[in-house]
Amino acid sequence: MVVDPMILEGAIALVKIGILLGVVFTTVAYLTFMERRVSALIQDRLGPNRVGPMGLLQPLADGIKFMWKEEFIPASADRKLFAIAPALILVPALLIFAVIPVGGEVTIPAFTLFGLQIQETTTTLQIIDLNVGILYILGMTSIAVYGIALGGWSANNKFTLLGGIRSSAQMISYELSLGLSIVGILMLTGSLQMSKIVAAQDTFFEWFIFRQPLAFVIFVIAAFAENNRLPFDLVECEQELVGGYHTEYSSMRFSMFMISEYASMVAASALMATLFFGGWHMPFEDQVGPGLVTLYQVAGFLLKTGFFLFVYIWVRWSLPRFRYDQLMAIGWKVLLPLALLNVVITGIWMLV
Amino acid sequence: MELYFFLFFAIVAVASSVAMILQRNPIYCVLLLIMVMISIAGLYLMLDAQFVAIIQIVVYAGAIMVLFLFVIMLLNLSREEGGVFRIQKPLAVLLAALLFLPVAAMVMSYAGGGTTPPADGGGAGFGEVEQIGTLLFTKYLLPVEIAAVLLLIAIVGAVVLTRKGTVSVGE
Repeated sequence: MVVDPMILEGAIALVKIGILLGVVFTTVAYLTFMERRVSALIQDRLGPNRVGPMGLLQPLADGIKFMWKEEFIPASADRKLFAIAPALILVPALLIFAVIPVGGEVTIPAFTLFGLQIQETTTTLQIIDLNVGILYILGMTSIAVYGIALGGWSANNKFTLLGGIRSSAQMISYELSLGLSIVGILMLTGSLQMSKIVAAQDTFFEWFIFRQPLAFVIFVIAAFAENNRLPFDLVECEQELVGGYHTEYSSMRFSMFMISEYASMVAASALMATLFFGGWHMPFEDQVGPGLVTLYQVAGFLLKTGFFLFVYIWVRWSLPRFRYDQLMAIGWKVLLPLALLNVVITGIWMLV
Repeated sequence: MELYFFLFFAIVAVASSVAMILQRNPIYCVLLLIMVMISIAGLYLMLDAQFVAIIQIVVYAGAIMVLFLFVIMLLNLSREEGGVFRIQKPLAVLLAALLFLPVAAMVMSYAGGGTTPPADGGGAGFGEVEQIGTLLFTKYLLPVEIAAVLLLIAIVGAVVLTRKGTVSVGE
């Protein structure tokens, strides 16, 4: 029996979503481990190295521990919102991955599975190539605010409320710079589609890091602020707000907040690689044999993403936190004008 | 398939708007309004208007509603404050009925087969960013500029109002 092409397309999409979710969750799990090991490295200590070889089973142990912890809901909390807030932040963080291209086209050869004949099909290593890809990403990041804001509000605790309010103000402020910093790239590419942005960087010297260095700096700073990472983690700074918006959370709900924080870090790193470092394009691709080129490209993309994840951790353990007025001043008085300037410079560059 | 998606988004949109009106807790109202926005974005998406759909999410669900939520959280309004002025309910019913009439008239005119949508769905590239951009910067340039100036005035006005009386501090 020959499989209907439409069903086949749907099945391929499902398989891709499954693989992607698996990769993202595994990366998130090992990112927490990497964070602890790298912070230990920076602080000249050992870090967790007891569970399994080199401590590699530590994320598993953490997961089991989270599951067995007591689920505590404060008596005065708004129970419904308290329960859905972690999901509201996790879902947009995961949805971003739908438009990130991991690699180019691959051809699946025809084969037979349980008596079903499957024809030869070509598919791209991206779940959906939206015409408005970049805008979709900005939309998802803007929706992610609700999880933090509601998580902070629903616990009915002044520290969590302060964390929630801080986060909504901070994320709105930095979203502007984040969006405007990409405009230069959009002007040079002439499209919002992720595949076209990657296609515009197919040779090494066309990578947007060389053509849009200022935009890259703005993007990285704004992305750090959007993810509430140090030096912008005023949303959850321990010394002032106990734990910020997730103070009252425990068990799996708390771990969902952690997972979404790390998932959005992975998404931001993948975006940095895609927008500024050529996506899945690598130098010397034409020297690699045709059978291995896709593997080389995907490995390159993962390597770039991994590098930016390392930068995230590196920065966290190197820079002190900003004061809140400084944070707002940088966002509105420095990054936003610089992002506008970048748009103007790009416009002049394109005309000359 | 398309019908099921339409029904899903339509029912979610109508149900959340009704729930929003009946809800007393302002935070829930905001959340339900966001659900309305997102389901309307879903309807736009089904009409091949990807750009409008995403802008709906970015601008309304992502930016404006966050400000609503921010203000409600900042003032910590947990329940509807008293003093709802008395004629609000009859007035609301009257205005809603007045608004409903032209909409109903429009729907009835379509139901009679008055106008059919173009067979090719508006042509290649319909609703895509390129086409909207071209239209905005050629045919509708003047309205866009006027809207931009209006927004600028609003921004400057907001800054002036908030700085009133505090200008001399620290300067």
